[in-house]
Amino acid sequence: MINYYDAVIFEKSVKDRCGYSLPKDFAPKYSLETMDSQYKRETPPLLPEVSEIDVVRHFSNISQKNFGVETGFYPLGSCTMKYNPKINDEIAAMKAFNNIHPLQPASTVQGILKIHDELQKILSEISGLKEFSLNPFAGAHGELAGLMIMKKYHEDRGDFLRRKVIVPDSAHGTNPASTAVCGMDVIEIKSNAIGRVDLAALKAVLSDEIAGMMLTNPNTLGMFEKDICEISKLVHDHGGLMYYDGANLNAILGKVRPGDMGFDIMHINLHKTFSTPHGGGGPGSGPVGVSEELVHLLPNPRVKKIEDYYYVQSDAKAIGRISSHFGNFLIWLRAYCYVLTLGREQLGKVGELATLNSNYIREALKEDYMSPLTGYSMHECVFDGLVDQTTGVRTLDVAKRLLDYGMHAPTIYFPLLFHQSIMIEPTETESKQTLDKFIAIMKKIAQEAKTNPEMLKSAPHDTYVRRIDEVFAAKKMILTYADYLKYLNE
Amino acid sequence: MSKVLDDLYYSESHEWVKVLEGDTALLGISDFAQSQLGSIVFVDLPEVGAKLSLNKEFGAVESVKAASDLISPVSGTVLEINDDLIGEPELINQDPYGAWLLKVKLSDPKELDELLNKADYLKISG
Amino acid sequence: MFKYFPHTDSDIEAMKKSLNINSIDELFEDVPKGVFFSRQYQVPEMMSETEIRTYFENLAKENKELVCFAGLGTYDHYSPAVIPFLTSRQEFLTAYTPYQPEVAQGTLQYIFEFQSMIQALTGMDISNASMYDGATATAEACFMAEAITRRKKILISKTVNPYTTDVIRTYAHYKGLEIEFVPEKDGTSDWESLHELVNSDVACLVVQKPNFYGVIESFETAASIIHSAGALLIENADISTLGILKTPRDDGADIACGDCQSLGIPMAFGGPSLGYMATLKVYVRRMPGRICGLSFDVDGKRAFVLTLQAREQHIRREKANSNICSNQSLMALYVTIYLSLMGPLGLARVNELSYEGAHYLAEKLVKTGKFKLAFDKPFLKEFVLETMINVSLIQEALLKNGFLGGLPLREFGEEYENLIAFAVTEKRTKAEIDRLVKVLEGLS
Repeated sequence: MINYYDAVIFEKSVKDRCGYSLPKDFAPKYSLETMDSQYKRETPPLLPEVSEIDVVRHFSNISQKNFGVETGFYPLGSCTMKYNPKINDEIAAMKAFNNIHPLQPASTVQGILKIHDELQKILSEISGLKEFSLNPFAGAHGELAGLMIMKKYHEDRGDFLRRKVIVPDSAHGTNPASTAVCGMDVIEIKSNAIGRVDLAALKAVLSDEIAGMMLTNPNTLGMFEKDICEISKLVHDHGGLMYYDGANLNAILGKVRPGDMGFDIMHINLHKTFSTPHGGGGPGSGPVGVSEELVHLLPNPRVKKIEDYYYVQSDAKAIGRISSHFGNFLIWLRAYCYVLTLGREQLGKVGELATLNSNYIREALKEDYMSPLTGYSMHECVFDGLVDQTTGVRTLDVAKRLLDYGMHAPTIYFPLLFHQSIMIEPTETESKQTLDKFIAIMKKIAQEAKTNPEMLKSAPHDTYVRRIDEVFAAKKMILTYADYLKYLNE
Repeated sequence: MSKVLDDLYYSESHEWVKVLEGDTALLGISDFAQSQLGSIVFVDLPEVGAKLSLNKEFGAVESVKAASDLISPVSGTVLEINDDLIGEPELINQDPYGAWLLKVKLSDPKELDELLNKADYLKISG
Repeated sequence: MFKYFPHTDSDIEAMKKSLNINSIDELFEDVPKGVFFSRQYQVPEMMSETEIRTYFENLAKENKELVCFAGLGTYDHYSPAVIPFLTSRQEFLTAYTPYQPEVAQGTLQYIFEFQSMIQALTGMDISNASMYDGATATAEACFMAEAITRRKKILISKTVNPYTTDVIRTYAHYKGLEIEFVPEKDGTSDWESLHELVNSDVACLVVQKPNFYGVIESFETAASIIHSAGALLIENADISTLGILKTPRDDGADIACGDCQSLGIPMAFGGPSLGYMATLKVYVRRMPGRICGLSFDVDGKRAFVLTLQAREQHIRREKANSNICSNQSLMALYVTIYLSLMGPLGLARVNELSYEGAHYLAEKLVKTGKFKLAFDKPFLKEFVLETMINVSLIQEALLKNGFLGGLPLREFGEEYENLIAFAVTEKRTKAEIDRLVKVLEGLS
């Protein structure tokens, strides 16, 4: 039975209804009446007045219009939509972790500070780097911190010329954006014919103005940068630092470490590689890690240790504070639970299972979908649209049609190198049965593209809403309920 | 195949220039540019009186999926903006050569010699 | 066999066969031999679920839950029981960014409702879908002001929370922006000095309400000076207090931003929380972060979709307004549910009870003769006292009796040596407050 619940919470509002329960006054002589009215707002805010059951029904109903990892296969490339373990959530709900103010004295939060230290040690071992800060709130935030570290490293050495960061044209948009936010310039280099960093192009831009290079490995095409050691050496020889974008770390868990490949700084996306829930777009966590000579630059505040006692300190030599406190604690707590659940026995298997899954799909679909790259992919594989594009069915249509089959679409139109990109990342938590089902559906869609292209071009058909008028949204800009009321009165 | 008109000048960044009398000109974007962008939802233009510099960014055109900087093919001063585009930016999609963006007073008409004619522009816009 | 890896040996055999390989390692042939990682990670051994539970229960015991009378940006407000049941619904929890809106109407709709509620509380025109936290939201607001005015100087009042200021300072330093401070006088910003500080280099002024000392300031003078100079007013406001306090809109703010933790989000050692940012319609295209809009689908059904994405990193790359990608979406849901339950009356009540409790505590402490109000200024739920008693002694006594706070301000500067800050929310009972007073009464 499809649920056609269609109401915005404001539309459920009835005056004098309430959904809250608060204590009685005990000091009425200090009532708010005594506050001067010049400080008060003129009219109450437009918020809904609903009962508790209305709220529960409302959000329960709209949640059913959403597709999550637990609904079905969610092969969103570059996002690592692996299963989010529930034991992690159980631990993160413990009162002793929730009911703690960030400014409590260290003696009263030894448990939390210990978790911080233990987790960053584990991340360091996995990365081959020296130490991590868990403060960044997301991958992009970790990137920003990492670039600040890169910049300060050079400035501290008196080198103010190094203001450029090399970024491959296959890079995720946050790489150049973070570089700009950090006050540095981007030098983009073209990938070669097999989708990897072009060494000649790299050599051509190396100079003493280069602060460093940002790379994902495997790259956004799902290909491993086999020249990575040479790339690192080239950049280092020219005085630059190597930054690792950890978005694709899932591919190499157990197989190779960023530090060993020559990277000096990196960020990890805990909500990708370390199973914390994506939450519809956060909260995530983007720890930033560095090699030994950069440790003093990690963002404040820091967790330090003397014998068995943990304490908090801020260092003047660091890049500064990029968050008020220690970032998204309940998120990195979940990640810690995850690494303890996997342990050394299982952590090393993640990369190979994720990569096996992705190659299995790549091999099975290469007759129906264009594969411009040769060789094995890593944890994700990229196709450039259908092999047979004669009926004009585009990647967008394929993606929308997948939704009708109860699966989430892969990432589309990224990376920008191909015009019809489809990026598929199954992750290691998917079974062969699920992959076989996905393959069968993708092959069916390729058939439908030949026999019934119009149906694909107007897909999806079986979802709560169908294709949405994005031009209307951008032009009319109805961004709040108040805007909507104005629109209705037009 | 996108449309390219005979009597206009074109830039490599897909703007067109139509010369009027007295060293004034209209600026716009080509059919190729509008088709690449898709439905245009917003145009960000400078104010009347603003100075344009050759090859410098002077605004942007935004569609749902892309935002493209406008690079000035000439130097000069803005005399008029096409107000219709504020409420109906999609006019650019419908009639890219009629829906001009700016009317400018050229400060150095010799710059026009550096721009592309129809044949040359066709080569780069396919 | 492992519970998160469905692969059986026969699955793996079949898959290897389809790829014509004998070992999975063949898929890693591009990894240079010299760096191939051939050992196990030196990390703890795997734990079963029962062992995990015991392990964390023991770790939990090393934390101490305290009765919270501390603030300084994080407040112990009441969190309705309903919320976790809704936020842990897997469709909300395990979905990602709504890039396929047809199957993400749940996420998109709550974002739209969140934007609407932030807009209602701040009085501004539009809000984005959230930022990481209040401090980073304020830093990004400063960047927004720079982009709009093309000026490179940021003015910050000394009455803004020092952690927020530190974050702005870090962001500004690397972007190449200058910072100057508006001095503080008797617990509020010294607007007289603002005249000298303002010039055509100034992009914005950052103020906070209630300020770092809990004091409620007026911004009329500041707004007028700032706007005459062509700069923007950025107000960092505790969003919960906007349930009753004058809106940033009415204060003359161009951008309102801050942290939403005070809307019932667990303190959780500082995170996750979320930041909000709201602005005037004329600046919408300069605002960072995701924005959700209302539209209709091909069948005419009302639907929600991310819009104005052409400003964002995945399209504009180095020209984007910001590098933000994920935000704090699930926390925006948390806050939307909270505000739906509270409504205008509940939120007003939260502030009323906090106000009463704070003023009750302040008077009782002053009556002991050992404290006096540091600033004779209006406050809501937080206030600063000056004391003659050794601050460390106070800390020790409070901790021993299970209280957190007042927090000493001396870490922020020598001039604060004898100052302590208290915060009281609707969760604090008369009994707790009386007990705290008694503990401090006994000190000398």
